[in-house]
Parts: sequence; structure tokens; C-alpha cells
Amino acid sequence: MAVMKKKGEREVPALSTTSLPDVVYIILFFFMLSTSMRDQELLVKYKLPEATEAQKLEKKNLVSYIHIGVPVMHMQAKFGTAPKIQLNDSYKTTKDILDFVAGERDNLNEADRASMTVCLKADGGTKMGIVADVKQELRRANALKISYASSKVLGY
Amino acid sequence: MASNKKAPEINASSQADIAFTVLIFFLVVSTMNVDTGIVRVLPPMPDPNVKQEDIKVKERNLFLVFVSGSGQLMAGGQVMDLRYLKDKAKEFILNPYNDENLPEKKDQTFDMPDGTKWTFPVSEGVISLQNTRDTDYQVYIKVQNELTRAFNEVRDDVSMTKFGKKFADLEEEQRKVITKAVPLKISEAEPRKMGK
Repeated sequence: MAVMKKKGEREVPALSTTSLPDVVYIILFFFMLSTSMRDQELLVKYKLPEATEAQKLEKKNLVSYIHIGVPVMHMQAKFGTAPKIQLNDSYKTTKDILDFVAGERDNLNEADRASMTVCLKADGGTKMGIVADVKQELRRANALKISYASSKVLGY
Repeated sequence: MASNKKAPEINASSQADIAFTVLIFFLVVSTMNVDTGIVRVLPPMPDPNVKQEDIKVKERNLFLVFVSGSGQLMAGGQVMDLRYLKDKAKEFILNPYNDENLPEKKDQTFDMPDGTKWTFPVSEGVISLQNTRDTDYQVYIKVQNELTRAFNEVRDDVSMTKFGKKFADLEEEQRKVITKAVPLKISEAEPRKMGK
């Protein structure tokens, strides 16, 4: 009996956690590879229109973004609620697109300039007038490859 | 006896905490969304020094799609629901029964990647998309989407009969041939200054 009691007192050995960091590192590397850095602070809010035929944008480093939408809440006091164009980190007008495209093009190396794409992220409720102005400016800036950003849906 | 003593192991239990902290940092500062969109190539700006001649397009080769400010759709001269636009556009591109009111076709010969020649009647049709300045972007994208869908389905059909594969599964060279056989001809005019 005494022997039996001694056996019952034996403690469960502590679970070895030495491999836990390895597991976490694997998850960490997965996230580092599969995600991209948030590079811009959005000053406009938009809800992208939906499309079934949306294609994936390849080569993110060749893509420049133009955001069009209503200013975010804390900017509305200053800028009102009319749709605005955001280039880089500030509100701009259509006149600045020429410089913006030139600047973006300078950032690319020679070989990639031809395949530069402009991604137009505009709110679904924007009027076409402002979008058409932007498109016209892009034509003037000779940035002809564009992508109307839209979230991919499988059907209506 | 002293030589038998091992160096004490370094406690690695806090390494997990460090890794978790770095992981959470990355979760917060990075985004995972993939950008998707409808890809278009804008026409280049015309040279102001060169006098522009109006390109004459025969009426049967033109399919006019007009989106009004209130989101209503007119296609090929009649009011149309968005649901029927795709089929109508497909019919326009393909002209399956060689209708006299639908676009002409011109036989073109393509060099296939495997060295053979292939002749395909390429449609002369142009879809002209027009909208007003107060059309909603959302409606415009929906129409663009339907037109793209029409072209994609036609391309799928053609590549299915020619290669027995869907357009998306084709090789790069084959895809180029199909793209030439079914060109994406959507012309966009500048928006009309209509409405209010």
C-alpha cells in the first residue's frame, strides 16, 4: 500500500515548451511573406464597387494608387463632405496628377516604366465627372494602363 | 567532480513571448488584401499638332451603350436592363447568324504557336460606352463589368473550340492569338455634359 501511495504522489512532468518559439516563428514568417506593409494613411473613405470580372493586380511595386472618396470623419470639419482625390498622403486636385504620375514613374527603373499601372480606388457613389477628369489627366500624363479597383464577387 | 558539472541551460521560455510580440506587430502593421480590379488601357492623348480626322464607323459596326445619370441603361437604341446587356453584347461581338444589322467580320490569319495558320473571322464591331458626368461610378463599373464578361465569355468559347481549354488556362502564346482574334474594343467617349 505504501508503495502505491508513493506512486500516486508523483507529479506530471512539465510540458516542454522549447519548440513553441519555433512554431511561432513559422507563423511569423508566413505573415511576413504573405502580407504587405500598410504604406499610406487613408484620408478618404470608400467602398469599392463590386465586379465579377475583377482581375488580380500583379506586381504591386509597379502600381500607383489614386484614391477618390469622401474625406474621413476627422477631416470633414476642414474639408467638407465633397469627394476628394488623395495622392500619396494629402488631398490633391486633378491638376496635380501630372506631377504625381511623373514622380511615380521616376521611382521605377527604366525597364518597368512601360508597365506602370494606376489603380483607381474610387467610392461607388462617386460621380463619373470627377473620375472622367482623372482619366483625362492620366491620358495627358501618358499613364494609360489603369485598373478600376473593385472587390471580386462570384455573382450577384 | 567539478568537471562533471554541466553549464546551466539558458532558459528559453521567454523566446516564445518575444516571437509572439513580433508576430502581433506584423499583424497590426501589414495588410493582406489583394488588389483586384477591372483592367483597361486608355487611348493615348491625340497629338494637338495633327489634325484629327473622325474615324467613320459604319452604323452596323457600332453598339452604343449609354448610361444616364439616374443609372438607366440604353443599349443599341433601346432601354435595357443590366441583366440582358451581357447577352446582347455577346450577340453583337459574335454575330452568329451573320445578321445584316450586326457587325461585319473580316477573315484574318494568325500564326499559331505550333507553326500552323489559323483563319478566324474577326468582328469589326466597336462597343461605344457613354455616360454623363453625374452617372454613379458604381453603375459605370457594373456596365464595364458586364461588357468585360461578354468579351471573356466569347474568348472562352473561341478558345474552347480552338484549343479545347478555357481562356484562363491557355499558354501565353495561345492567349495572345485569342486576344487578337477577339479584341477588346470598348471605346469611351468623354462624358456628355447633360443633366442638371
